[in-house]
Amino acid sequence: MRITELFQRGEFVVTAEVGPPKGFHIEHLIEEANTFLKDKVHAINVTDNQSSVMRLGSLATCKVLQEQGLTSIFQLTCRDRNRIALQSDVLSAALLGIENLLLLTGDYTTLGDNPQAKPVFDLDSVSLLHMVKKLEQGEDLAGNPLVGEPPKFAKGAVVSPCSDSVDVQLAKMEAKVKAGAEYFQTQAVYEPEKFIRFMEKAKQFGVPVQLGIVIPKNAGMAKYMNANVAGISVPQDMIEELQKDKEKTKAGITGVEISARIIRECKDYCQGVHIMALGWESKVPDILAQAGM
Amino acid sequence: MLITQLKQKEAIESLVQGKTLILNCHGCKEVHFPEEEAVELQKELSANGDVTAIVTTDYICNPDHLALQLKKHMDTISAGDTVLVFSCGVGVQTAAKYLEDKKVFSACDTYPLPGFQGVTPLEFDCGQCGECYLNYTGGICPITACSKSLVNGQCGGSKNGKCEVDKDMDCGWELIYRKLEKQKKLDTLNYPTKIRNYGNPDAE
Ligand code: SF4
Ligand code: SF4
Repeated sequence: MRITELFQRGEFVVTAEVGPPKGFHIEHLIEEANTFLKDKVHAINVTDNQSSVMRLGSLATCKVLQEQGLTSIFQLTCRDRNRIALQSDVLSAALLGIENLLLLTGDYTTLGDNPQAKPVFDLDSVSLLHMVKKLEQGEDLAGNPLVGEPPKFAKGAVVSPCSDSVDVQLAKMEAKVKAGAEYFQTQAVYEPEKFIRFMEKAKQFGVPVQLGIVIPKNAGMAKYMNANVAGISVPQDMIEELQKDKEKTKAGITGVEISARIIRECKDYCQGVHIMALGWESKVPDILAQAGM
Repeated sequence: MLITQLKQKEAIESLVQGKTLILNCHGCKEVHFPEEEAVELQKELSANGDVTAIVTTDYICNPDHLALQLKKHMDTISAGDTVLVFSCGVGVQTAAKYLEDKKVFSACDTYPLPGFQGVTPLEFDCGQCGECYLNYTGGICPITACSKSLVNGQCGGSKNGKCEVDKDMDCGWELIYRKLEKQKKLDTLNYPTKIRNYGNPDAE
């Protein structure tokens, strides 16, 4: 199922994210997905060597999730593959019945655990969207015809609504829409007012946007993100909230409360939510319940 | 050695926007510059009266030297709209920085040739991509000023105007956007999706 069909029906689309392990044993990932995400979310993103840390492949993991009856979203970055490999992997996805894509530029190689790797970036997020659109029209990026019926995907992209250069991000969002983006998932939001202001401007593009949530696990994580992660700033009072009752925070209760509160405050302004649990998949049902989903 | 080649004639014609001063750089012996073709073309461009002056000088990639060379032309430049530069990518970037609030366009594409790289200053760098993007990016090179050499806008990694790869390095796309914003030229960024051509046998 393409998640664009859900947006078209006016549903509030709920997705979550899983990161493949560093190895090929994914029993644990499957179990968590079946226990905590099945029937709770519409689709599950599978990250592509997230933060440039080498892991099991996104495409294979998507296929395994599909076999479990889960709908997957294949994340694809430009960091490791040139346009030949990217096009080939997108066709492979079509063969495997994967119909949802999230297309990104990708983090720089030196940020990960194989910093000696060659950064590719033959294409970028915008030209990658354009590339998929061309495949859907029956030809490759160089204009050579495809054999048989062309593939069809829901083409997703990302945007940072709380970036300190939100206007530069909006310009990029516009370029992505023009290149074929049909839905957006956002970077983690901790400041609902900023998100709502962003949505006032983003709605002109007429493309559905899912609010991004990263569950805050503790004050240290929040401070780390403030110092190091682009597009994220956790307000001071939220950091204090995480510091107040250490036991409650450790049990994940505070993080769940904060996440649910952000969803409640933002949900009237967007078309869905995307939860990046970073290992806390078990908290997703509670967040959705408290948010009134 | 660098090879500087004229862009397509129609492309160059479209860059003469309003009163235009043409700036030629014949500095480096290490840069092959198509002098005769350029003279021919500049004659044609002058025909409609929009070209206010043709200045031919050397080493415009050196900021101090450039400032000195342009001194007696500054009135003409200030009164005009555009400066069209015939030089390698470094020269264009130096001119774009110095003439910050003018439209500075590149009439050439720059290719590498193995061997000596010529006299290039420290501040700007040309990756010799063979399809100069400076006319879309406010005279700031996206190939060398952006860590990922992105040609369609900023990635999600910029924080406080700095690049995700190095906190001490300005994000090239932040600089591009802010410059075009200041010039009220943000619409320049509304170009169709750009895809680099690595198949060009000459490009680096
Ligand atoms: S865009 Fe940059 S690398 Fe390409 S020719 Fe122009 S200055 Fe050189
Ligand atoms: S942060 Fe800026 S300079 Fe660095 S890779 Fe991204 S767009 Fe390029």
